[in-house]
Amino acid sequence: MENLVPHFIELIRRAATDLPEDVEAALRRAYEQEEAGSAAQNALGVILENVRLSRAASTPICQDTGTPIFYVYYPTGWSTLALKKQIREAVAEATARSYLRPNSVETLSGKNTGNNLGEDFPYFHFEEWEEDYLKVDLMLKGGGCENVGAQYSLPDTRLGADRDLEGVRRAVLDAVHQAQGLGCAPAVIGVAIGGDRASSYIKSKEQFYRPLDDASPDPKIAALEKRLTEEANSLGIGPMGFGGKTTVLSVKIDALERLPASYFVTASYMCWAHRRRTLVYRNGEVRIE
Amino acid sequence: MAIVELSVPIGEAAIRGLHIGDQVRLYGTVITARDAAHKYIVENFIHSPAIPESERALHDELMRLWRGGVIYHCGPVVSKDEAGRWRFVAAGPTTSIREEPYEADVIAHFGVRAVIGKGGMGPKTLAACQQYGAVYLHAVGGAATLIASSVKEVLAVFKKEEFGVPEAFWVVRVEGFPAVVTMDAHGQSLHETMYQQSAQKLAELFSARA
Repeated sequence: MENLVPHFIELIRRAATDLPEDVEAALRRAYEQEEAGSAAQNALGVILENVRLSRAASTPICQDTGTPIFYVYYPTGWSTLALKKQIREAVAEATARSYLRPNSVETLSGKNTGNNLGEDFPYFHFEEWEEDYLKVDLMLKGGGCENVGAQYSLPDTRLGADRDLEGVRRAVLDAVHQAQGLGCAPAVIGVAIGGDRASSYIKSKEQFYRPLDDASPDPKIAALEKRLTEEANSLGIGPMGFGGKTTVLSVKIDALERLPASYFVTASYMCWAHRRRTLVYRNGEVRIE
Repeated sequence: MAIVELSVPIGEAAIRGLHIGDQVRLYGTVITARDAAHKYIVENFIHSPAIPESERALHDELMRLWRGGVIYHCGPVVSKDEAGRWRFVAAGPTTSIREEPYEADVIAHFGVRAVIGKGGMGPKTLAACQQYGAVYLHAVGGAATLIASSVKEVLAVFKKEEFGVPEAFWVVRVEGFPAVVTMDAHGQSLHETMYQQSAQKLAELFSARA
């Protein structure tokens, strides 16, 4: 296999230091909507200035560079072992170059592995596909926002949430309310309906790879995404919980199969520093977008 | 809304003049302290019957710098330039609530006037703010590069070998560090207010079924 390590390092650098255009545009729109001179607007001003400085200086947007989550789509015949080895090498090198903070701590000893490598760190998902090129999606998922993710098992008496889309709506709004500003709002909320506890969390995070301005192909889900975005913002929590019009930038929802006995709703929270980049390798050429 | 400029050391009157929602810019000396530092202070200076002789010099220096001074909950990413001087590279706030068991005692002992962090703190710290004349300042979470660029100079570092870089006491000079008062010296917490207001709004949304 070709040596793609330098390109994987560049993918990590871009993800950690260069916020995607759609996220930055959403933050800019939020800035314009907030009341002039308010704490909410100035927080967004600080955020946008920070995005600019980080891009210019190639320094991490946030010092918590999160869990690197790699989704690798490869053509038939590629070795996932070789790909994993190269990506892990790139992660260690990107850490040495300070694009990533050493973020992998052995849970029981408390020892930091120092290079972002561990038995289960970073996180990988491999999928063989029918395309003739390699695609690697990388997301950096920060810890502060990970801590405020929530999972509900419906029905939920406290929320008056039944096993239907109204129940989903209530669960998601409750999750946004419980999070307040703690997950570094404004957020993107990724929601999964169904699955088991684990697959539901995974599906909810996969929503973060979607472009911010897309909509679910299912019209009922698309309508709920739009409605929840508006309703979450009507809570008034605002950037950092300072109060304001922008609590979420977008809500993304998908459903997956469930057991007859289960009905999970999982809401994962992505902070404003929504860091994701994609590498495409085709015919010997690399593109990072 | 006007932005209040605060210079360290900060007087009690300036602190008592602040209210939740006020925006500030900080100028002067700030010292980082997070989990290990708070635990160290409480064990050696507050719960200990006498300050251990080996720690007295640091205690006195912290006392000098923190009287009217500022604590910053932050584990910075630092680098050393060619001349061997430390520089802050990324220095956003870390979650403050972990220091809730200790902060009130630290404010009282040193006469700290402001604590910077993110996410807010609990009732014990809020009561100490009111009693001793201090505020909690919320920095913008994730704004690591921008905040680092407001750090103009690293003046000293204590306990770096013992605690590690993120946990050490970093004494820095800041210019124009942006923050918002979310807990004031009048017993008010913006976090509590926002929680209640948004809970009310949530109840309204729940009463309207789809």
